[in-house]
Amino acid sequence: MTSEIILQAIVTGLMMGYALIAAGLSLIFGLMDIVNFAHGEHLMLSMFSSFWLWSLFGIDPIFSIPITIFLMALCGIATHYFLIRYILKAKMLIQICATFGLSIFIRSIAQLLWTPDFRNVDKPLLEGRLEIASVFIGQPQLIASIVCLVAFIGLYLFVTRTETGLALQATAQDRHAAEILGVPSNKMFAIGWAIGLGCVGVAGGMMSNYFFIFTDVGINFALFAFVAVALGGFGSIIGCLYAGIIIGLVESLGGLLIDPSFKLLYVFAIYLLVVIYRPQGLFGRY
Amino acid sequence: MKILTVENLSRAFGGIKANEDISFEAEKGKVLGVIGPNGAGKSTLFDLITGYTKPDNGKILFENKNIFGLKPDKISSLGVGRTFQKLKPFADQTLLENVMIGAFVKENNIKKARDNALEIIEFVDLIEKRHHFARELSTGQRKRLEMARAMAIKPKLLLMDEVTGGVDQKTIPGLVELIKKMRNLGVTIVTIEHNINIIMEISDSILALDQGKKIAFGSPKEIQNNKKVIDAYLGTVDAA
Amino acid sequence: MNKLDIAKSEPLWNTNKNIIYIISFVIIFLIALPLFGLNSFYLHLFIMIFMHAVMAQSWNVIAGFSGQISLGHGAFFGIGAYASSFFFVQYGISPWISIFIGIFFSAIVAVLIGIPMLRLSGHYFAIATLLIGISFQVVFQRWELVGAASGLWVPLTQGDSWSSLQFHSSKAPYYYIFLFFLVITFFVVWLLNRSKIGFRLRAVRDDAQAASSLCISVSNYKIIAFVISAMIMAPMGSLFGQYILIIDPDRMFNIEISIIVLLITVLGGIGNIWGPLIGAAILIPISEYSRIYLGGTGGAVDLIFYGLILMIICIFRPEGLISFVPKNILEREKQR
Repeated sequence: MTSEIILQAIVTGLMMGYALIAAGLSLIFGLMDIVNFAHGEHLMLSMFSSFWLWSLFGIDPIFSIPITIFLMALCGIATHYFLIRYILKAKMLIQICATFGLSIFIRSIAQLLWTPDFRNVDKPLLEGRLEIASVFIGQPQLIASIVCLVAFIGLYLFVTRTETGLALQATAQDRHAAEILGVPSNKMFAIGWAIGLGCVGVAGGMMSNYFFIFTDVGINFALFAFVAVALGGFGSIIGCLYAGIIIGLVESLGGLLIDPSFKLLYVFAIYLLVVIYRPQGLFGRY
Repeated sequence: MKILTVENLSRAFGGIKANEDISFEAEKGKVLGVIGPNGAGKSTLFDLITGYTKPDNGKILFENKNIFGLKPDKISSLGVGRTFQKLKPFADQTLLENVMIGAFVKENNIKKARDNALEIIEFVDLIEKRHHFARELSTGQRKRLEMARAMAIKPKLLLMDEVTGGVDQKTIPGLVELIKKMRNLGVTIVTIEHNINIIMEISDSILALDQGKKIAFGSPKEIQNNKKVIDAYLGTVDAA
Repeated sequence: MNKLDIAKSEPLWNTNKNIIYIISFVIIFLIALPLFGLNSFYLHLFIMIFMHAVMAQSWNVIAGFSGQISLGHGAFFGIGAYASSFFFVQYGISPWISIFIGIFFSAIVAVLIGIPMLRLSGHYFAIATLLIGISFQVVFQRWELVGAASGLWVPLTQGDSWSSLQFHSSKAPYYYIFLFFLVITFFVVWLLNRSKIGFRLRAVRDDAQAASSLCISVSNYKIIAFVISAMIMAPMGSLFGQYILIIDPDRMFNIEISIIVLLITVLGGIGNIWGPLIGAAILIPISEYSRIYLGGTGGAVDLIFYGLILMIICIFRPEGLISFVPKNILEREKQR
């Protein structure tokens, strides 16, 4: 176990895009107290969007990202319009079942239409490896991390600096007060979903450069995203960044130092430790 | 006898000192009123005594037993009942079922528990509504539900949080009568109240809080003339 | 008689007496049914309905009666299956006895998992259960002692054997065994609902804070619910293992199990003892028929349905199908 291998694991861990995926989830939860159990499937959709745009129209993933983002934003608005808005007042159990049902629905339709086969984008523009100080960094992974980080910062600035972002925050904190002040909740929720899934679109679009794309790919990512949100604190965007990094590291180092097939369990252990000893997460509202 | 003794009780949330160095005693079988402006820390005090929040420091003795740091269910099983300011009925269950859950504390047999619950429901004058779901009841009826449910555990000490809050004027005398009835049964009552007239009418002694600190403790007459209390309330002693 | 005496003279429960007759009739009907010559497919269909009704009832206990939403309940199915099958395959202990071993193990696991989970509620709890469910599958896929990914293979007996709980000439014995467990389980849950424990579980479900002001230890009761729920689920895993004679992580710890018990209960009516039965009676035939008519893609189409139905129920009828049953069939007229 050389220090290089450990460093390699650290770098790999740092580059997983969990933070951005978790941020989308956190945004939606912060706005309307609903956990999107279909988040992983939305990620899967964004990866497939990237794949089909490449496979059918020959557009490289880097260039199709704007289209993917747009499609995912539409998907977010549709999800809100056709499902979420009916369960906003329902009991938590029902809300959980509803998005859980959505995840099953999306995943199985995808399986029917596209089969469970593994796909990947062959020879994307972004490929190859760089070697920096005897650590290998995949070019796509590096660019993806940078893009995700930029998107993350963009999201943060949007939520804290723009008028719409502040309106979103107001709705998140007190829906009724915000409405009285002229901020329409329904519209804010739809925007929240659009942005939340837009983030997923960025992450999925970038990851399609180097990840295998298949209908079940969302499951693990969703679980890691849930853990990230809980670790960072439900409702906190900044928390997602720290949490995403921690989880990436735990996954990578755990896989290296103990056993790669139990990565899920290490992350699960982190989750348990966090919610038991610090229920509100690192930066949470709860 | 002092059924409840509180000494130097403190609790802060972040930078806010919700309760600071509070000390008082409650006489067995008497009514202790707790008054104070909004945010004075009255409900927090209840949460500390009943175990929902752990105090930062201080001492709480119930019947001379130390109950500091005990869980709410343990404290209630020692004989401390409470109602909540934000009403917490079991919404999807009937009034009878709500009170029965309280009755189960002292009675294992379902039929007997049901009958005990019925007696208490009669006591609070809601027997006609016994099969109504808690969510169908009016605010005043829900307040009485909470009182009945808390009474069902046959508490020695009952902490009531703003029972007359948000209730129609005409319902209030009924609630006040209820409190007196309970006191006559030997239950020690500590009640948080905003309505000064009611407090003056039913209390044997009064604890006044302001901004987390105790500003006065004494008989209703003493409190009425206490300058600090009058200042805290901005002279609204004859508020309706 | 004054009002109080009238109230005290009311019967304790307001169940419609006729329900007893209906239930008895149905049970007798179900017992007689195979004697009229049901073929193998229909026997299988009923077996699946009975089994899923019990599994869903297990979920109903934890989610509907005590308010803890578990998205990984299939884990207890797998534990029951593996525990009983392991002791049968390795040590030859009769399945009838090892079923109880399975129940015992799932009770232990329920306590071990339940205690750390006490701190969690709502979304946090649900996510944790999801993680647990998947973790079990991951662990069992690699656990050599129980056959890792290939699992355990139950040794085949010559012909039928009651002592080994294995029948080849007909599915009818399986039918009766599952029916027996169905009746027992529903009876136990019925008793639970009418007991002091049942009342307290409902209190914990509806408002944990208020419950703790009424001397109810919320932690204890959450664990109790967990354990009871696990003990109901485990025998189904054990029996299913004896039915299909192979116990592997893909079949026994499949996330579909967790999904379908949730769906059946929500569809039928969560928090109501009949919900799981109604849900199973409707969903299982759909599932089995779609498997036949849609062939290979039957699997995925199943799930499309499940997801869709779940969403539709949540939007339009969260109380479940039981709410369509007229009140006076189940309940006597309440005095108002």
